[in-house]
Amino acid sequence: MSDKYFGKPVKRVEDPRFITGTGHYTEDMTLPGMAHAAMLRSPYASARIVSIDATRALAQPGVLAVLTGKDLLDAKIGSIPTGWLLPDLKTPPHYAIAPEVARHVGDVIAAVIAEDRATAEDAVALLDVELEPMDAVALGSDALAPAAPQVHPEAPGNVAFEWEIGDAAAVEENFARAYRTVKLTLRNHRLVPNAIEPRASMAQYQKASDEFTLWTTSQNPHIHRLLLAAFVLGIPEHKLRVISPDVGGGFGSKIFQYPEEVIVLHAARKLNRPVKWSARRSESFVSDAQGRDHETVAELAVDEHHKVLGLRVKTVANLGAYLTTFAPAVPTYLYGTLLNGTYRFPAVHAHVTGVFTNTVGVDAYRGAGRPEATYVVERMMSRMAHELGIDPAEFRRLNFIQPDEFPYQTPVALVYDSGNYEPALDQALERVGYAELRREQEEARARGRYIGIGFSSYLEACGLAPSKLVGQLGAQAGQWESAVVRVMPTGKVEVLTGSHSHGQGHETAFAQIIADDLQIPMEDVSIIHGDTGRMPYGWGTYGSRSAAVGGSAMKMATAKILDKARRIAAHLLEAAPEDVVHEDGKFFVRGVPANSKSFFDVALMAHLAHNIPDDMEPGLEAQHFYDPKNFVYPFGTHVAVVEVDADTGRVKLLKYVAVDDCGPMINPLIAEGQVHGGIAQGVGQALLENTVYDEQGQLVTGSFMEYAVPRADDLVQFDIGHTVTPSPHNPLGVKGIGEAGTIASTAATANAVIDALAPFGIAHLDMPYTPERVWRAIQAARAQTQQAADD
Amino acid sequence: MNRVPINLNVNGKATRSDVEPRQLLVHFLRDTLGLTGTHVGCDTSQCGACTVHVDGEAVKSCTLFAVQADGASVTTIEGLAHEGRLHALQEGFWEMHGLQCGFCTPGMIMSAADLLAHEPDPSEEQIRHALEGNFCRCTGYHNIVRAVRHAAEANARGASSEPVVAADD
Repeated sequence: MSDKYFGKPVKRVEDPRFITGTGHYTEDMTLPGMAHAAMLRSPYASARIVSIDATRALAQPGVLAVLTGKDLLDAKIGSIPTGWLLPDLKTPPHYAIAPEVARHVGDVIAAVIAEDRATAEDAVALLDVELEPMDAVALGSDALAPAAPQVHPEAPGNVAFEWEIGDAAAVEENFARAYRTVKLTLRNHRLVPNAIEPRASMAQYQKASDEFTLWTTSQNPHIHRLLLAAFVLGIPEHKLRVISPDVGGGFGSKIFQYPEEVIVLHAARKLNRPVKWSARRSESFVSDAQGRDHETVAELAVDEHHKVLGLRVKTVANLGAYLTTFAPAVPTYLYGTLLNGTYRFPAVHAHVTGVFTNTVGVDAYRGAGRPEATYVVERMMSRMAHELGIDPAEFRRLNFIQPDEFPYQTPVALVYDSGNYEPALDQALERVGYAELRREQEEARARGRYIGIGFSSYLEACGLAPSKLVGQLGAQAGQWESAVVRVMPTGKVEVLTGSHSHGQGHETAFAQIIADDLQIPMEDVSIIHGDTGRMPYGWGTYGSRSAAVGGSAMKMATAKILDKARRIAAHLLEAAPEDVVHEDGKFFVRGVPANSKSFFDVALMAHLAHNIPDDMEPGLEAQHFYDPKNFVYPFGTHVAVVEVDADTGRVKLLKYVAVDDCGPMINPLIAEGQVHGGIAQGVGQALLENTVYDEQGQLVTGSFMEYAVPRADDLVQFDIGHTVTPSPHNPLGVKGIGEAGTIASTAATANAVIDALAPFGIAHLDMPYTPERVWRAIQAARAQTQQAADD
Repeated sequence: MNRVPINLNVNGKATRSDVEPRQLLVHFLRDTLGLTGTHVGCDTSQCGACTVHVDGEAVKSCTLFAVQADGASVTTIEGLAHEGRLHALQEGFWEMHGLQCGFCTPGMIMSAADLLAHEPDPSEEQIRHALEGNFCRCTGYHNIVRAVRHAAEANARGASSEPVVAADD
């Protein structure tokens, strides 16, 4: 291989279509004869569907059909399954259209299909529906109360599962001999992913061949096909083709198999016409799977040398009304296993209760369980440092796992394969100018200005995942990835990958890997993704897996191509394959570069097959299925610097430093871009974003008017650094970087705000740090101080 | 529903059409003219993905009925490249990795073009302020700020942009 491209900030090859407005997103597509679907959604969090009278709607010109839950049941359309099972998990049915009871605001009650979208939406308003509202519950802990409304008869007490990890007795023992303990009640509030492209689906049915095609906004078209065909619609898997074209961001929310996909497929068959549905943003807020929503009590213990003795965590995880595709995995195996952080924690125990409520389903949102775990660990580390009166950075350093301790077995199942945490911390301290910054903070406080500095020395496990391991943990899916490298007679190459790009730049980064290994120009390589009709089977993109797992699959397939190409070249050169070298894009006998065969010569001969070894198959194409041996473990230290205005409660982000270790970067431009976006979403959670349901389960923050995604003027230019510790077990040495920014930044920002509030005696405050919340906390703290002085 | 005739100049081409009075400009551009580079990301006029230029000013095309644009000149992202050359902002977004999924990008570029028309040498703060009506969920705005600066500096130098390679209309 060469390294002409690997590691270089190559400009993205996908960009020309996006900057000229010629990308092809699902909503941009039309088909001849296409009809449009619109959904009637429950306005109540819990309601019995008494009757639906479609007479007036059906009488409208242009209205083609009305579908109800009963229609789908009559058509033998099944429940949408969850893809991850835990012991004793309750799995109540999740029908695409609720047949009897709507269980959250936004649950689909009926669908109208019409000639155009406006007609369909008008007709929805003409459906005469009688709903009987029932008591609802929105908060996880409320749902566990004895008299709480029951979301599903199949889940008594609203408990979906109880799950634990770690050694409770060991934790108990270590806490008994602790020098100091701290305890916090932590609310990790709910988020709406809000990819800027709303979900959309378009279905086509070919009656003659009984075949379906679904264009949909999916991060993993094969998972969509598998679930839709085998579990929901009951059609043969090979009769459904799922195409996921350009997708405008996912962040987890486009992993899952959603009701509307079922509805358009069924409608297309029923009407024998293409049918499209596109979400309005107001629908996205009540139908895209949401993220986080934990209520946690955490306790941390240290000995007299300030070494951590143990962490004890009890979490109520709100799962919403239905278990979406990976919902059970997120607050368990993607959360509890990460509670060891980057530290030597001799004992950890976590207990998680998964709870049904009358809210939108909660599933993977950028980071998926790992930001929640990092928030607990990093918040507790800073809280303890404060309690001990020592520097939070030095407290972290003191407790880091040391480089010579890898592979490191944590008390919560994972084996960290590699890591070197101090250099990242040191670099972050240097970049932020730590000593000087602390002096500035002191001086500012003396002048009534409140600056805060917050740390997050995070670790994450990604590159999902070793299939055997996740199978033992309940996954109903494999987690390997596939690649086909197809060389054409002209030496041009197309690479088919089962992973999917929706902003991650696969078409560029993957081409860099292939072009280097084949020693051909990047322009000669096309990366093809997002179509079950073209790709080999693959599991898609989530869990920061594309580079580590998908990229590795490509690397291995390319090695097979090179091996065959070398044998063909040797045959043409009348030499032994082991004597043939591949340099500067040419094959030649070692020491005789003058007599060489180009990649083109070899590719052409492989296809002509006029002169290849007798025992060789013609063609030049290779496939590889790559199953990783372990997760990969990116880590780093992020530092946030904020200022709190004590008079208004407004928090301003002043500075943000991120030092990440994702191993070698295929393309630093792309990798750093992933970090930037990740930071924005994590800072967004800490300072701005919040999903608020009232006690009746009404979503109060149902549009961008109420739900504050970060805007350009909420953020700053980020200072990004790297350390490089390659993964020891994949052929590229790479580790995922798609989620790291989000995983680290919420905790760093929260710690910065609490640090700024320390002079007021505020030990903790739940996110998001909106001006009102911060102002109230300062007022309360001041009143308390005043009270104490008066007493 | 009754239809109303409108005359628009879109990306330099005169167009006459009969539209429903309730049709938004963005749907007219996308559904009637097939200019799908202009995107719809919300229904409350916050996200800015639908930003186009109407008579030279950046406008969220979901805030305007098509009939209100009668007689106007409209420029969409498809019409931004000039004489086969990318606009300096298109170039800047490409050079500085100012986009990831690309969905907000057309609106973002159109808003930034409006900024540069009024303020050819904007500071970071001015750029962030000018783009606060355009949401991006991928980039954290970091490289968008750099992209706009790149374009401003290229304009100041009088640099010429790369030819359009992918505008396959």
